[in-house]
Amino acid sequence: MLPISRVRSLSTVTTRATTTLQQTATRSFASSAVVPQFHIKLNPDSFHTYNCETPSLEVEVSKKDLIDMYSSMATIRRMEMTADGLYKAKLIRGFCHLSTGQEAVSVGMESAMTSNDKLITAYRSHGFTYMRGGSLVSIFGELLGRKNGISKGKGGSMYMFTPRLQGGNGIVGAQVPVGAGLAFAQKYLGRKETTFVIYGDGAANQGQVFESFNMAKLWELPAVFVCENNRYGMGTSAERSSASVDYFKRGDYIPGLRVDGMDVLAVHQATKYAKEWTDAGRGPLVLEVETYRYGGHSMSDPGTTYRTREEIQKVRAKSDPITGLKHSLLEYKALTEEEIKDLDKTARATVDKEAEEAKAEPEPDMSEFSTSVYVKGHEVPFLRGREPSEVYRF
Amino acid sequence: MSSILKKAAVVSIPTVRQALARSNPVLANALLAKRQYSKGGVEMTVRDALNSALEEEMTADEKIYLMGEEVGQYNGAYKVSKGLLDKFGPKRVIDTPITESGFCGLAVGSAFAGLKPVCEFMTWNFAMQAIDQIVNSAAKTHYMSGGNVTCPITFRGPNGAASGVAAQHSQCFAAWYGSVPGLKVVSPWNSEDAKGLLKAAIRDPNPVVVLENELMYGVSFPMSEAALSKDFVIEIGKAKIEKEGSDITIVAHSRSVGFALEAAHLLEKEGICKAEVINLRSIRPLDIDTIIKSVKKTNRLVTVEGGWPQYGVGSEICAQIMESEAFDHLDAPVVRITGADIPTPYAQNLETLAFPDTDVISRVIKRTLNKKIGA
Repeated sequence: MLPISRVRSLSTVTTRATTTLQQTATRSFASSAVVPQFHIKLNPDSFHTYNCETPSLEVEVSKKDLIDMYSSMATIRRMEMTADGLYKAKLIRGFCHLSTGQEAVSVGMESAMTSNDKLITAYRSHGFTYMRGGSLVSIFGELLGRKNGISKGKGGSMYMFTPRLQGGNGIVGAQVPVGAGLAFAQKYLGRKETTFVIYGDGAANQGQVFESFNMAKLWELPAVFVCENNRYGMGTSAERSSASVDYFKRGDYIPGLRVDGMDVLAVHQATKYAKEWTDAGRGPLVLEVETYRYGGHSMSDPGTTYRTREEIQKVRAKSDPITGLKHSLLEYKALTEEEIKDLDKTARATVDKEAEEAKAEPEPDMSEFSTSVYVKGHEVPFLRGREPSEVYRF
Repeated sequence: MSSILKKAAVVSIPTVRQALARSNPVLANALLAKRQYSKGGVEMTVRDALNSALEEEMTADEKIYLMGEEVGQYNGAYKVSKGLLDKFGPKRVIDTPITESGFCGLAVGSAFAGLKPVCEFMTWNFAMQAIDQIVNSAAKTHYMSGGNVTCPITFRGPNGAASGVAAQHSQCFAAWYGSVPGLKVVSPWNSEDAKGLLKAAIRDPNPVVVLENELMYGVSFPMSEAALSKDFVIEIGKAKIEKEGSDITIVAHSRSVGFALEAAHLLEKEGICKAEVINLRSIRPLDIDTIIKSVKKTNRLVTVEGGWPQYGVGSEICAQIMESEAFDHLDAPVVRITGADIPTPYAQNLETLAFPDTDVISRVIKRTLNKKIGA
């Protein structure tokens, strides 16, 4: 039973955590000296290295950080499940790729990144959008194709951007050279920042990935190439697509680190290590994050024709990232069972509220049809519609 | 073969039906449907027609193989290659990594070496990663080698808009590939088109681009008895007059043919005009003769496509008409109906405005009918 003063300070922290979730500003994980630090021991199997040092298996993390991590993962889980329902209700159209099960990746990475670091990923990006500053209402708005969507409803699931997130990209592999370009600009402008370039096990065989590796190493770019390995590229297992599934070694002349991506603290530690690497001017690093998606590749894929239901259930039972962190929180006495339940409730309530808010928004104004094809003020004289009388002038 | 089919359909000999079901389940289902629906004709979806074409050609020629993402174990991202891995095995139905540039180049190389690959792109948008191999390695090599090297490859996949898939997944590539000498380009609309053109493409010793359409895969059409034959091919470069008319010619390809026909029927019902609808079927070579002949009869022409307006299929038709004897027969300028000149938006209200439909076609036709040169 906690002393009353601790309970009171917890509710204050919970409120702060809720406020942080609603902000679109920096999601800061900086801990204050007054807040208790926990030293959590990671599983000895958490890391595998390739020409680099092993990160420490002891993670120093504040209570606030732990609460933020838990709340963020719970929020993302609820957000993705809500999107699942909205898609089945035909309110979300086209493609929708959910990251249920992979929450530890976006949350663990963000916890060790700064707001000036950049991140780019492919299409399984809702979690990253949230962590990199996208509000829930603007994410739902975009999925629903509404005017308040983060891309004004014009992009959809795969095209969400924030000042810290270069999308959301629909063409497999294309985001990798683009990510190397973000890192190139950071170095060019003399900024002590890192770009995290995310691609999946399916994309890992793309030629442009290796072209990016070469340039990043040649020019010592501050790029961390993150292979988010969830074992399946759509319906094709890693073993059936890749001559080598040691994605952390595929950088050859670029050192690499493989981490258990179902453990948010391990991901945090690996990301911290990667950031220190690039900050120290050691050039690029490959970071393979082993994770798992419970759902299919997209909402049109049941996800059970190329893997067994038993496999999915087994991973859920043994390695769920949210349950995993919950065990650590209880084991290290950071939070009680009740307090964790409250975080779950708050996350659910917040997501539900913002989803309803987004549903009430209208579709984009028709004027949006022809805007932003070109930069405002620098357009072509006119754009044609479907026939000569449909003209959009600038 | 067809007499056996007739027997199986009418007399219901169980062993023949079972054998047919084993050897060609798609055809067996179509025949079953014929008895069940009692419409008097066999119906087949575009998807099943493509599947039939692949199955028949691969049965007839061992050098033909299918390569692409998820074509085998997954049975095809859009189920076009369903059952083919089970029937032909992993040597002939190959699941590739997600590496378009690489596997397209590899397929082209295998064609140079004597095989007959069917290279599938999950959508033609992804083929942009491989366009160098299609244009520079496949299309130009026969010419550059002085005729010494051939590339009997078929590239296929869904092209153009789907529904709600936004800018990077909705582009129509008919104009781009249609401009390349050395390639042939076909764009089927219905099931007969799909089967006949894909078979023709596979049999053609040139590299052929087959532009399918995802939204058409699930649509059912009647299949004539001839179309059910395993030797049914449609000549590449020949358009089809889907509906005869006298007042205006509508030329369309792929999904737009359906909208054109709807508009034509509507306008006829309203007593406004009798429109002639031409299904291009092939983008390259373009059957300009059929169009010229029609324009001489109707004196008016509109084109319909899903692709962007600038430098598009409609633009090419206009130019060729201008340069031909048909110019003297025009009573009004040709009008192109196209996709809008913007990246495809996601939001539904905006996406609806981005592609032509029956309403737009009707509207433009009414306007065109009211014009008269020199009046």
